[in-house]
Amino acid sequence: MIRHVFILFWLAVAVSPVHAALNAAVVQQLAAPDTDQKISAIQQLALSAEPEAMRLLQALADDSLLLAGDKLVRIDGQRAFDAATSVEISPVPVNTESLVVNNRARGELATALAVLKLFGPNRDERLAAAKALEDNVDPIFIPVLERALAQEQDAEVKKMVAQAHALMALKSPDPAQRLAAVKTLGESGNPNLKIQFVALTSPANEADEQVRMAAQISLRALETRLAWGENISRIFSGLSLGSVLLLAALGLAITYGVMGIINMAHGELLMVGAYATYSVQNVFRNHFPDALDWYVLAAIPVAFFSAALVGVIMERTVIRWLYGRPLETLLATWGLSLILIQAARVIFGPQNMEVANPSWMSGGVELISNVVLPWNRLIIIGFALFVLGLMWVLLNRTRLGLFVRAVTQNRAMAGCVGVPTGRIDTLAFALGAGIAGLGGVALSQIANVGPDMGQGYIVDSFMVVVLGGVGQLAGAVWAALGLGVVTKFIEGWAGAVIAKIVVLVFIIIIIQKRPQGLFALKGRSVD
Amino acid sequence: MKRRNIIQALIIAALAVFGAGSGAYAADTIKVGILHSLSGTMAISETALKETALMTIADINAKGGVMGKMLEPVVVDPASNWPLFAEKARQLLTQDKVAVVFGCWTSVSRKSVLPVFSELNGLLFYPVQYEGEELEKNVFYTGAAPNQQAIPAVEYLMSKDGGGAKRFFLLGTDYVYPRTTNKILRAFLKSKGVAEKDIEEMYTPFGHSDYQTIVANIKKFAAGGKTAVISTINGDSNVPFYKELGNAGLKATDVPVVAFSVGEEELRGVDTKPLLGHLAAWNYFMTLKNGENDKFIKMYKDWAKKSKLPNADKAVTNDPMEATYIGIHMWKQAVEKAKSTDVNKVIAAMGGQSFKAPSGMTVKMDEKNHHLHKPVFIGEVRADGQFNVVWKTPGPIKAAPWSPYIEGNDKKKDEPDVK
Repeated sequence: MIRHVFILFWLAVAVSPVHAALNAAVVQQLAAPDTDQKISAIQQLALSAEPEAMRLLQALADDSLLLAGDKLVRIDGQRAFDAATSVEISPVPVNTESLVVNNRARGELATALAVLKLFGPNRDERLAAAKALEDNVDPIFIPVLERALAQEQDAEVKKMVAQAHALMALKSPDPAQRLAAVKTLGESGNPNLKIQFVALTSPANEADEQVRMAAQISLRALETRLAWGENISRIFSGLSLGSVLLLAALGLAITYGVMGIINMAHGELLMVGAYATYSVQNVFRNHFPDALDWYVLAAIPVAFFSAALVGVIMERTVIRWLYGRPLETLLATWGLSLILIQAARVIFGPQNMEVANPSWMSGGVELISNVVLPWNRLIIIGFALFVLGLMWVLLNRTRLGLFVRAVTQNRAMAGCVGVPTGRIDTLAFALGAGIAGLGGVALSQIANVGPDMGQGYIVDSFMVVVLGGVGQLAGAVWAALGLGVVTKFIEGWAGAVIAKIVVLVFIIIIIQKRPQGLFALKGRSVD
Repeated sequence: MKRRNIIQALIIAALAVFGAGSGAYAADTIKVGILHSLSGTMAISETALKETALMTIADINAKGGVMGKMLEPVVVDPASNWPLFAEKARQLLTQDKVAVVFGCWTSVSRKSVLPVFSELNGLLFYPVQYEGEELEKNVFYTGAAPNQQAIPAVEYLMSKDGGGAKRFFLLGTDYVYPRTTNKILRAFLKSKGVAEKDIEEMYTPFGHSDYQTIVANIKKFAAGGKTAVISTINGDSNVPFYKELGNAGLKATDVPVVAFSVGEEELRGVDTKPLLGHLAAWNYFMTLKNGENDKFIKMYKDWAKKSKLPNADKAVTNDPMEATYIGIHMWKQAVEKAKSTDVNKVIAAMGGQSFKAPSGMTVKMDEKNHHLHKPVFIGEVRADGQFNVVWKTPGPIKAAPWSPYIEGNDKKKDEPDVK
């Protein structure tokens, strides 16, 4: 989306004459089956620095440069233009074939476009372009970079361009230039520079003593920075895993933790929430394509109420007849989970469904150069806090919450003072189910949406609730975050399979030492 | 207890009546078994194969059947439960008395039905790419052996056009197929002069859904030189893996990921925009342009519409579906050549059968080793979830089920032992 905005912007500012013809032979070479020829054409077009060339390369990157017969055609919305001459072609050709651009050509294309964009009018665009050049630039572009360096006014952009330029100057025969380049590069935190520095510290590769010393210093600075980044990203991924576990387990903390129902169909309530998200996305896609980016917000209440509705039906038809009989509840809810899975399979098909991240949840924010915090994970952490707050308010600040707590603490007495225990049970179960539905919304943004998706979370959810202590919200929070961070740190040095085993062993030990969980309710309420 | 006995007796009686009824009907038809999971974790992949088999059988019947007899499909559901595969296979062979079975997806399901097929001398067509190391008289393998998928893919990654990768990150789900494939690949990479420190191997449990650490490790590993990831992640874990990859900013131009279990069907559940340029190696892609493929795609789309499959308008074809289609047609040709559905005669007639496949080439069943000679294609993911073919073999390649990169395999025979 953003890219399209950029193109439109560029088209608006490109004030070149319409018929600035490019070298037709070079343009035609873009369609060559051989990748080397294609890349050489891309580079030649980039070096020409014509606005026309940029438009053409952008079209190639966006897959809107098509081959009609053996003629190259650039498609712009509903109109078609000749690739070399920019003369409009009408009618728009029908039998077109897109050009095959493989990874190598796409990489070169991105570099070429970035080089061209260095001269754009927009400062942010120039910065992004300079950043894209950080890792690899073909030496063919050295003169262009020097020109950009001379002309650039903005300090930040200039620094980035200087770094891209320094990367190439490392290979310069002049030791003074190499020294300057090493010093410039020492300030970037780019992890890909590590091998370059390591190579420069050995006398075999670098004759000049001073350059070797500078490389050593730059290398050490880089390594410290990388180590920091690694720990930060590990803690972040632990918190993120913890927030996912928490969202998956919060609903269960009510149904199992507070009401004592062993609900094996909990994972399927997550699935209902995720499918609700998928359905809302489709409604938006078909009816409100302009607001598609905001479908997630609309999905939140839909998922809550649809999962709650399923919860009410489950409670009214099956679970209410089984209160106080945990084993029967376990089997009955397990049966319900199978029914729900097969229902999803019949209604939506056995395939996973595509739930796209909205654009504001895609990509990430770069904290330092090797730590990228993905937006979807940041937002999910925030969402987990929001749901937690919502639940706390519901349980502690509303009449319904008061009744729920009363019924779970002493059912007979609550009934005596006029609390409608039957209705409260239904509402509490529906609340737990609805919260699970909210968890489903979050899961749909990071994992797949399919009939079996709930199965993967049921064990983890029980683990969180049991570890945290039955009957406690705070326990679930600490258990989820603790499990997340511990898992991520073990995974870091032992791999995912071992981490899973170690965490399970760890939980068994804790449960043996403290059967009531880490945080247990004190007093009479525990029976 | 008593009541359960009565119920059992009733069920058996009902089955017997039903069986007798269909037995009488079976006189002028040939029964064909279809053994694919329609529920459970593998349903996502296997349901499409059942549909392909039914479609192909309907097509053959519409054109006059086999030796003048109609084919009668018998569909059973082993529910992604490996022991149940063996039970259902036994049921197909002894109760339904099918002439041939088309089925299985995972290697463990295939391993679980093997004893049944060799004990009862049945005939199985297995349509999925697998790790090799197996050659059974009663099985024909229409999917790829490692040298028809994994090795060409790695060779491509090492080539200039593939990015000239120097370091390799082998990532898989923890079970037999990825472990064996990675063992073969490791030996292959070493034979190509890749150093031990430039190969990293990592496994995740089934259904793993949090790939943050793995992606961070890939990033760290990639800082040491041009890296490619070889993914044998299976099933549902692929979606969270690719999502994490996209959000962490690892692009295919920096670190390409080549996958052996991700095809058109699997990508239907993924938002493919961040995956642009990642690779897959198969023996067939839906985007291949040739007459046979156009016919095959149209046939499947019409079938999906006719049988009202969910999302029929977006139906896609993939490699194992093509392999199923080839398998059924080859079996038909072999039966017609043998003039009998007798298992031993059909096995003898299978060797050397050839068929013009939707991949655009004529594939041939090897005279001896029960595997197909197939072409290999490498495709890059496009924004619409399809693949751009960027590399292909000039012609079909003979399968080597016993990989030369595993020690001791040089002594093994390239044909099944005859008992």
